[in-house]
Amino acid sequence: MASANTHQAKIQFGYRRHPDQDRPGQSPAEHPVVVVGAGPVGLSLAIDLAQRGQRVVLLDDADRIGEGSRAICFSKRSLEYWDRLGVADRMVDKGVVWSVGRIFHGESQLYQFNLLPEDGHKRPAFVNLQQYYAEAYLVDRISDLPAIDLRWRNKVIALEQRNDSALLTIETPEGAYRLQAQYVVACDGARSSLRQMVGAEFAGQVFEDQFLIADVKMAAEFPTERWFWFDPPFHAGRSALLHRQPDDVWRIDLQLNRYADPVVEKKPENVRPRIARMLGHDKFEFEWISLYKFQCRRMDRFIHGRVIFAGDSAHQVSPFGARGANSGLEDAENLSWKLDRVLRGVSPASLLESYHIERSLAADENIRESTRSTDFMAPNSHQEARLRKAVLALAKETEFGKRMVNGGRLSVPCSYDSPLSSPDADAWAGGPRPGCSMLDAPIATRAGEQAYLTDAFRKGGTAFALLSFSNGAAFDAPDGVKDIRIGGVGGLADPAGLVASRYDAAPETAYLLRPDGYVAARFRHPTRAGVAAALSRAQGLN
Amino acid sequence: MPLSTSSNFARPDDAFRAIVEAHRGLTEEQSADFDAALVLILANHIGDIDVLREALVLAKRRMIDGQQQQQQQQ
Repeated sequence: MASANTHQAKIQFGYRRHPDQDRPGQSPAEHPVVVVGAGPVGLSLAIDLAQRGQRVVLLDDADRIGEGSRAICFSKRSLEYWDRLGVADRMVDKGVVWSVGRIFHGESQLYQFNLLPEDGHKRPAFVNLQQYYAEAYLVDRISDLPAIDLRWRNKVIALEQRNDSALLTIETPEGAYRLQAQYVVACDGARSSLRQMVGAEFAGQVFEDQFLIADVKMAAEFPTERWFWFDPPFHAGRSALLHRQPDDVWRIDLQLNRYADPVVEKKPENVRPRIARMLGHDKFEFEWISLYKFQCRRMDRFIHGRVIFAGDSAHQVSPFGARGANSGLEDAENLSWKLDRVLRGVSPASLLESYHIERSLAADENIRESTRSTDFMAPNSHQEARLRKAVLALAKETEFGKRMVNGGRLSVPCSYDSPLSSPDADAWAGGPRPGCSMLDAPIATRAGEQAYLTDAFRKGGTAFALLSFSNGAAFDAPDGVKDIRIGGVGGLADPAGLVASRYDAAPETAYLLRPDGYVAARFRHPTRAGVAAALSRAQGLN
Repeated sequence: MPLSTSSNFARPDDAFRAIVEAHRGLTEEQSADFDAALVLILANHIGDIDVLREALVLAKRRMIDGQQQQQQQQ
């Protein structure tokens, strides 16, 4: 990756000396959890852990955010997670909400798609928001949480694994110091230094084609949609993407020749004519220009001793599908409740293995999807190009051809084939299976206020929850499990009937939801013993 | 449902002939483009990934056998 920054950092933070730095080297300060890397994943994980009552040290080797827009598409799933972290409203208010994409071939539109064609969801399919805004809002949130100790210009330079802890050596502007942590979470990005320190391989596929990413500022009348072109008139034989961001900034991706010279290609004077051809004018300014070659790869194991990897440090995908930052955020929400339980000693350390199992499955899915998209955009052989040509031609006149055109398959929550899930014992015609993410739907409170199921899940903290549909007599959730009751006396109303239909619910139906909003088990006729067994399993207790 | 390899056309010669005639007058390049489109259309009509995979294996086995025969002749 090579980027040319055409503007300055948005926010600069100060390094501050911490008393931990004054400890003698033989007795370093001990912390339950140290998170390395204050990007979207590390920041979100730290907030989640702090909201669960953990004290978190968060280290970052830089002291600024805002160099380049980088990730811009944040998914519904990520927004629902950020809702629980108290930051989603700001993201949505600032961001550009979208759900429609259009695919063009040459001059003409092949088809359009809507990623959220139904009503009754609190959050939209996607918002586009420059990564620096997302990070700034997360950092603001952290300033409300004294349990998080965010240390800028603290760079991990050495790691020593012990039986029950990890010892980090950290370089600062005032010299090095050491910290001992029960667990270290490495959210330090695709070029993770922690990954090198544990000696893990990061193998996968490198795509030879280069893509130019330019963020340009201009006043434009394009709709708020994702536009993708195959072989556009302004960029013959290749692909292009146009996407809106806040502040009149537009993301443009242009596929380049695989032999293009990165230094030459990213010079603004060479980028400008290409973009002017695309837009039909040159009344724009560059915000950011970057040239990428994509890699799809993952670590074999996401847990190495006391170091756990999350986000780009563990897995990397091509960007067509918004599966990078969003999958990193899903890592954070998957890991935080498990790590919290292990640190509190209420679940065994083996619960963490389910993080590796579930999120490496998700990484495989994301890699598979984004590899297919990238291969479709940049065919590897003459015959692949021929098949793509046939698909694009058939898409003009057939429905099946349109469905085969792959201009990026956008991020949706992965379904886990997980040891934490209890398999269905009853008959279901719909609704989220165990291992799937909960679905949102409109509800009304007893006071008649309109709200959403995700609000009810978020309220009172995200512990395990039992979503139950009233059968007249209330079924009490086990101790420590939050009750979300639909219908009946004192229950929430389902004014549009969408909770019942989205969950294939009948009276008595109950869903056991994990703290990350995934379904652990579901029951047509719950019993105390059945719910307790599923809860135990989902907590890694048997 | 497994891939059917029994004869399904009442008049197989008509089917073979129809495909042959569709290629008449096309250059090699056009023929290859035509085949690509035809494969995609027929694959979608079958609409069963297991049957498609079986068909791919069967087609590929013929090629591998052909290669081995060629190598033996050399």
